[in-house]
Order: sequence, then structure tokens, then C-alpha cells
Amino acid sequence: MSATLFGLAGAALVGIGLFGLIVHPTALRKLLAFNLVGAGVFLVFGVVARRAAAAGLAGDPVPQAIVITGIVVAFAATALAATLLARLSGPEEEP
Amino acid sequence: MMVSLLPVWAVLTPVLGLCALLLCERWIRPERVAAPFVGLSLYLSLSMTYQVMTSQAPLVYALGGWLPPLGLTLRADGVGVFLMTLTALVMTGVAVCAWTPSEGASSRGRFSFWALLLALWSALNLAFTAQDLFNFFVALEMLSFAAVALVALDGTRGALVAALRYLLFALAGSILYLLGVGLIYGRYAVLDLAGLREIAQPDTVTLAALALMTVGLMAKTALFPLHLWLPPAHAGAPAPASAMLSALVVKAPFLIILRLWVDLLPLPAAAPQQIMAGLGAAAILVCSVIALRQQRLKLMIAYSTLAQVGYLFLMFPLMPGPAPWQDIGWTGGLLQLASHGFAKAAMFLAAGLIYEALGHDRVAELGGLARRQPVTLAAFAIAGLSLMGLPPSGGFIAKLLLLTAAVEAGAWWIAAVILAGGILAAFYVFRALGHALADGDPPVAPVALYRQGAVLALALCALAIGFVPLRPFALLAIGRPLEALEALP
Amino acid sequence: MTELLALTLALPLLAGALFIVATASTRAALFGFFAFGLFLALAWVALDAVDVALTEAAIGGGATGLLLLRLNGRMRHPVSLGEPAGPRLKIAAGLLAALVTLALGALLLALPEPAPSLAAATVEPLPTLGIGNPVAAVLIAYRALDTLLEIVVLLIAVVGLRALGTDRGWGGRPVPWPEGGPSPALVFLARLLIPAGLVFAAYLFWVGADAPGGKFQASTLLAALWLLAIMAGLAPAPSSGGRWTGRALAIGPLAFIAAGAIGIAAAGSFLAWPEPVAKPMIIAVELALAVSIVVALVLLVAGPPERETGR
Repeated sequence: MSATLFGLAGAALVGIGLFGLIVHPTALRKLLAFNLVGAGVFLVFGVVARRAAAAGLAGDPVPQAIVITGIVVAFAATALAATLLARLSGPEEEP
Repeated sequence: MMVSLLPVWAVLTPVLGLCALLLCERWIRPERVAAPFVGLSLYLSLSMTYQVMTSQAPLVYALGGWLPPLGLTLRADGVGVFLMTLTALVMTGVAVCAWTPSEGASSRGRFSFWALLLALWSALNLAFTAQDLFNFFVALEMLSFAAVALVALDGTRGALVAALRYLLFALAGSILYLLGVGLIYGRYAVLDLAGLREIAQPDTVTLAALALMTVGLMAKTALFPLHLWLPPAHAGAPAPASAMLSALVVKAPFLIILRLWVDLLPLPAAAPQQIMAGLGAAAILVCSVIALRQQRLKLMIAYSTLAQVGYLFLMFPLMPGPAPWQDIGWTGGLLQLASHGFAKAAMFLAAGLIYEALGHDRVAELGGLARRQPVTLAAFAIAGLSLMGLPPSGGFIAKLLLLTAAVEAGAWWIAAVILAGGILAAFYVFRALGHALADGDPPVAPVALYRQGAVLALALCALAIGFVPLRPFALLAIGRPLEALEALP
Repeated sequence: MTELLALTLALPLLAGALFIVATASTRAALFGFFAFGLFLALAWVALDAVDVALTEAAIGGGATGLLLLRLNGRMRHPVSLGEPAGPRLKIAAGLLAALVTLALGALLLALPEPAPSLAAATVEPLPTLGIGNPVAAVLIAYRALDTLLEIVVLLIAVVGLRALGTDRGWGGRPVPWPEGGPSPALVFLARLLIPAGLVFAAYLFWVGADAPGGKFQASTLLAALWLLAIMAGLAPAPSSGGRWTGRALAIGPLAFIAAGAIGIAAAGSFLAWPEPVAKPMIIAVELALAVSIVVALVLLVAGPPERETGR
């Protein structure tokens, strides 16, 4: 039951992030919204893991490991986007 | 099925090259560090193709000895080695064409280009051999990050904006794809394609997950109407980078879509296939017309990529048999993928050489090119044949197969779109050629002949596909239907 | 009881997300993101995924928040990708968001009961690996290829980030503070936190084999400490084309691939861990990976190189 609650929270995070993605014109706010959607998707994995508790474990380790990999990849994507933004907001200069 | 380490090394050899570049950065010029790894990767791809063709069986490896669903496997089937060969030949052509022994580009540009070329290669080989839905995700992320950086390599404001848009589209695609993977895991606790094939049911959760993944992948492959990021990105990148992006990078997500709907959940021809073909048809018509109106050569070529990607999606309703890989629609679609790969790589590289020679790529001011750079222009024209679908060319065979399949399936609207797309392509290719054949005597900077030769070689590859027989291509059926790995041999 | 706990965590999570999206001030949204990351980490604890909670707190909330905060401070003007949304677009977006939430919620409720699971399969081979934490086993053994390539993803991101720099800055170092220096409070905080953090990172790394923790969590903590030191002016940023930077980045994947090759000879399969020495080998590879991850994370947060090093 508690897992389902978090699942619904994850679904809501995806929705909220999507809203932010559409209504915010600035790139930095879009990036924040992307991270919210990502957090919601990762929570879906967390709920899937929690529901699959078995063999004395409180959750299925496979989706948990996938989320760990996913968080690192998402961070790398945010870093690349941030660098692009920093370059774009900087003064016009020779490349 | 044959156990072989070759798929593993095909993925890891470019990674080793990337590490070597990081280690030797201060001592050895990047192209010299990268060259042996380019050669080795080419050799690996060709020898894998040879092995698959002689043994008529896929090359499989279970990493660490862990079988799915717990472990991961790499599996190079007929389609996999076909695409790896395409990748290897295009990459080699690009590498030769981008080889600059003289002090030309900045050290930032040169180091980044070679490092990202190897990164792309590893990601593509992984995308063509992976069998696990999350493994695909890792391949797609490697691909996107390398591709976005390549787009921004010139460092101009336009290139940076194009790269940012591309990255946001790619991120959106990744998130949708990942959400689908999560739902599939929740439904089956299996992510391996062969394992899923045995248990997958066309129920709501599965179909919704597949739809999410497919839409995410469509954004990455730039299928209409999710295509807006591609033209500025592919036209703004340096020409050798554009060649890799248009010829190879957009094909990897397409192949994953194909694997989802043929390997994971084979369905009788139904709504999803029709929708994908409809979007493909729209891409062909709309983007060809926009290509016609471009003033700059690279933008024209980029819009042409969108149209040619559209053809790939026509194949979905055109393989109605219980074994789709024995239908001519399957062969037609995959030959279209390969011949467009070669032709588009040649075209972008040719555009790059033309830019180097003339200092611009404005279509209307190409006069005199035929006399000053005949090899480059010949390559451009041969590649153009394939895009238009005129004989002799791979594009001709591919489009003829698709057309025949459409007529056999009674899908007249698809047949009409294929024909109309060919005519539109003829308009935009001949417009550029007509200007290039016109008189003129522009000042031309010298371009090394071996670089022009590499472009011509790629165009000739597209031509050579035109000589495969007009029937289902046996190589493309090797390793199908997908079978689960039951035990370690 | 657990429902109550879940509610007390889920509601602030949603409130935080709403605040991040709704507030007009970007700076406020960024601080909201830190708080959101904290509640998200707690939610992961409540989902009994402590490994994920640590990663989320360190990378998802901490490093990402720091990165975006730094970015906001450096941007001279916002980069806009479109027009501000009008009321009609807002209503349409709100309806779409609600629809997506409902559809996704319905899909989650439609998942089968009892849920299919690989939990048992992950536990069974643990004794042969000599480690007790099944999440660590998934990362380093069963799905080792994913982990290896994920480090490669970080390398590609670092290469990409350097490619996005300027020609002038190539081979230089990232600049911690474009204008002015660190505040005395930051320096004090850094001196206070760094020694304690080092001890905790070593602990996390060591317990990772058997309990929640491990190379990622320890590496991110180390990376955060190093960034703190850089920002406080106590340590230099890594030189992006430097000899040691290149070596540190390459050592992780190279050690992983070398261990994989040893596996062919000793255990009959690439990336297999030979039983008697599995644990020491795993720890050696994880140490090498940690080195690469720390340097990659620091470079990714610090940004592209910007000035000549005067060599």
C-alpha cells in the first residue's frame, strides 16, 4: 500500500515536471523540470522494486541498481546541458 | 548460435581507444592515437560479418557467464553485423576524410572529434548487438552525449543553440524510453528481448510501455513531427560529424524500434504499424518539399535525411508474414537504411569538401564546381542517385522492394508516397547538380585527392548495394526468430 | 503506520515539486530543488532502497543542485527557448499533466499481483562473489557491462564538456569564482566538513560490499568534498587536459576491462569473477572506478576549462 502511494507520487511528479517543461520558456527552468520528471520515473522503478520484495529482501535489487545507474547518467546529461547554457549566456566570443 | 567474444571487443575496442586518447593527449597527435583503433574496429566488424555469413548463425556472448534474465548478453545476428559493417565503412571513410596532417583545426576540435568518433562507434556497436532493454538505454545515452558534443564542436552561437535543442529532445526521448522500461520490468521482471518474446502479452501495460518507448525513440530518430531539432543540428555540425550523425546515429534508435515490434512483441499488422507508416509518409512528403526550398547545401541534405528516415518507417506494415524477416518489406527497409547511410555520409562529406574549396555552401553559387572538383561532384551525384532511387543504386533496389511489397499488400497509398518521394528527391538533387554544372570560375582552395577519394568510395558503396538480387536478402534473416539462451554451451 | 509515513513523505515531495515549478524566482526554485532532493532521498529510504537513497542524496539532489546553483550564478542573462506561456497554454499544459498523471497511476495500479521478481535469483550466487549486498552484486557482477559502460558515459560527458569549452581555455583549469573570492563562512565550513567527510566516505566504500553503500556513494561524497575545497580556495581544480587528470579518468574503465580479461582466463568468461579471489578483485576494480568517478564528477560540476595555466 505504501509502495502504491509512492507510485502515485511518482506519477504526479512526472505530470508536474511535464507542466513545468511546457510552461517555462527559460532553459534553466526546463532543466529543473526535466529533473523532476526523471525523479518521478526513478520512483516508478523504486515502486516496482518494492512490490517485488522476495527472498528475504525488502525489494528487488535489479531495478534498484538500474536506478543508481540512471541517476548517474541523468546527472551527466544535466552537466552537459548546464555547460551549453553557460556558454550561451556568456559574452559572444571567438570559439 | 556460436559463442564468440567478438561482439564484446567490438564494443570495447573504441572504449580502449578513448582511454588511450586521454592518456596520450599531451604527447601524441589525436588522429595518430585513434587510427589503430579505427583499423582494429573495422577489422572486428568485417571478421564478425564473415563469421556470421559462413556459419549462418549469430555470434552470442553471455557476459560474466550470467544468463538472462539476471545477466546480459551481446548477440550479433545478421542484421547486427550488416549494420556494424555499414558503421565500420562509414566511420573509416569519415576518418580518412577528416585526417588532417597539417595544423588545421584547433587542438580542442581535433582531440574532441577523434574521441567522440570512437565514443559513437562503441555506442553504435552496442546498440546493434545489445539484447537488454536497459542496455539499449545505456547505448542511447552514450550516443546522445557524443552526438550533442559533436554538434557544438564549431562553437558558434547557432551550433550551441542547435546542440541545446538536440540535447533537450534527446533527454525527453530518454525519459519516455526509461519509463517504458520501468513498466516492462514491473510487468514481467525480465528485460531481455528473447525472454520477453516468450512471455509478453499484448495487454494494456505492455502496449503502453511499448508506446512510450517507441515515441521516445522516434524523438531520437527525428521522425516527423518530432524532427525539428535535426536540421539545425546536422547542418551546424562540422561536415565529418554531420556525416556520422545523419548516416549512423539516427539509425540506432530506429533499429531498436524495429526490435521492439518484431523481436519483443510480434503483432499482426495493426494500428501501431499503420501509424508509424503514416508518420513516415508524412515525413517523406513534408520534409522533401522543405528540402527543395533550402538555400544552403548542408541544410538541404539535412532535410533530405528526415525524408529518407521516413522511408524506414514504411516497412512496418509491409512485412505481414508470420516471419517478417522473410518478407521483401524487411529487406527493402534495411537496404534503404544502409544505402541511405552510405549515400548520406558521402553527401555530407562532399558538402564539407565543397565548403572547404569554395568557402561557402550556397546552392545557387556552386557554378564551376564540376570543372574544379570533379571527383567530389561525382561522389555527390552518385549519392544523389541513391536518394532519388534511380538505378543503379542501393536506393533504387530498396525503394523497388518497398514498392513491390506495398503493391502486394494492397497498400496503394504507400506505393504512391514512395513514388512521389522519389520525384521530390530528384528535384532537390538535380537543383544542386544543375548549379554545380553551370559555368563559372570561382577561386578554389586545394583539397587533397585522397579525401575526395574517400567520399567517392562511400558513394560507390551505396551504388554497390544496387547489385544485390531483388529478393529477401539471406544475411538479414540469420539469427531469427530470436531464441532465448537456455544454457551456457 | 507505513501508510502514514509514506504520506508524510510523499506530500512534501509533491509540494516541493509544485513549488519548484510554480515559483517565479529561479533562485528560489533552485533552493526548493535541494529540499526536494532531501525528501526524495527519504522516500527512497522508506522504499527500503538505502543504496539508491544515498546516490539520490549525493548525486540526484546534491551534485545536480550544486551544478545548477553554480550555473545560475554564472549566467549573465537567462537563455530562453520560447515565449512565456499564456494562460491558454498553461491550462492546456495543466490538463495534459493531469491526464498523464492519471494514466501513469492507472498503469501502475494495473501491474500484476503478486509482482514478478528477480530478488531470489540475485541472492543465490552471492556466496561465490564474496559480497553480501545484492545491489552491489547486480552492479559489479550480473549487469557489470552496464556499470562499465556507465563509467564510459561519464567519460564521454567529460570529453563532451571539454569540447564545449573555448579554444582559449583548452588545457586550462575551470575557474571556481569568476568574480571575487570565497566567503569566509564557506572556508570555515570547508575546514570543518572535509576531515569528517573523508572518514565517512572511506566507511561508505568499505561497507558497500555487504551493506548499503559502495563506490558510487563514496565517490560522490569525495567529489562533493573536493568541490567544496575548490570553492573555498583550499584546493586547485583539476587541469582538464593534465597528465594526472587523463590517467585518473582512464584508470577505471581500463582496470574494469583488464579484470574482465582476467575473468576469461581464470573463470572462463569475460567479466566473470574467479571465485577464490572475487572479493579482492572486486574491491581493486571498485577503487579504480572510484578514482575515475571522483575526477569525472568534479570536472562535470566545475565546468569547462577557462584560463591558461601559464605552463
